[in-house]
Amino acid sequence: MNRPEPHPIHATPARALGVWVFLIAATLVTWLVGERGAHGPAIVALMFGLAFVKGSLIILEFMALRRAPLMWRLLTLGWLSSVCAAIAIAYWKGMS
Amino acid sequence: MSTPACTLDARPPSTPAPTPHLPGDLAIWIFILAELLAFGVFLVAYAFARSGDVAGFDARQLGLDRNAGAVNTVLLLTSSFFVVRATQEVAAGACARASGWLVGAIGCGLGFVVIKVFEYAEKFGAGVTLSSSTFDMFYLSLTFFHFMHVLLGLVILTAVWLGTRQRRYGPDNMNGIESGAAYWHMVDLVWLILFPLVYVMR
Repeated sequence: MNRPEPHPIHATPARALGVWVFLIAATLVTWLVGERGAHGPAIVALMFGLAFVKGSLIILEFMALRRAPLMWRLLTLGWLSSVCAAIAIAYWKGMS
Repeated sequence: MSTPACTLDARPPSTPAPTPHLPGDLAIWIFILAELLAFGVFLVAYAFARSGDVAGFDARQLGLDRNAGAVNTVLLLTSSFFVVRATQEVAAGACARASGWLVGAIGCGLGFVVIKVFEYAEKFGAGVTLSSSTFDMFYLSLTFFHFMHVLLGLVILTAVWLGTRQRRYGPDNMNGIESGAAYWHMVDLVWLILFPLVYVMR
């Protein structure tokens, strides 16, 4: 009955914990890629796909932009998408 | 002087919940966008410089300590999580608990700094300089630019921690802690791209 209403901007503690667990697990994958010396376009796509998801979670959940005005989500997620896309293009350019 | 915003460890049930908005100060978000833009240009410049000398970059990258980079990623992510918990506690009116989470966040940030200093010492000892190779130039300048932001972030987090100790924040006064938190998460966000790009991608 006395349960507080969820905050309109900030994630609940349980949600934040879930995000943190995912972020650590994804970091472990990236570390493993490095340890095994794995390389190639598929590996790089996986790694930066994960980096994009991790970055989006930081922006939407930790920075609490999930319910902020749309413009701020577009600006920050747009930055993340552009940087990841440019890295992918540069990697592809380096292969040719 | 305004009255303390956070004198009880429980949010009064009658307090109306704030409506969705941009957390923190508008000025800090403009600053964050400018920082992201600068880091973005730097990161992309690294990626394209690498595309012109893949073998050279990959050979020099082998000398990096990926374990230190991975541990530092975990430290920054954990620190960010602690800052989120601190913000949640302030939103719930629990400044004392928020202060504890911030101590944890600052501790993780200091851990990052210590590991980075050891990493730099090892690199400098091995003769790595800004002019030893293009990779080294990017590695040193990019990570040092980020390192400076970690230091500034720690100063901001310490100021926010003092604010929670003095009970300056509360459910109706979140601007300060939200602004500091947003800056710290930005430092984390940049590292999430920097680590796979510079330490792992080959």
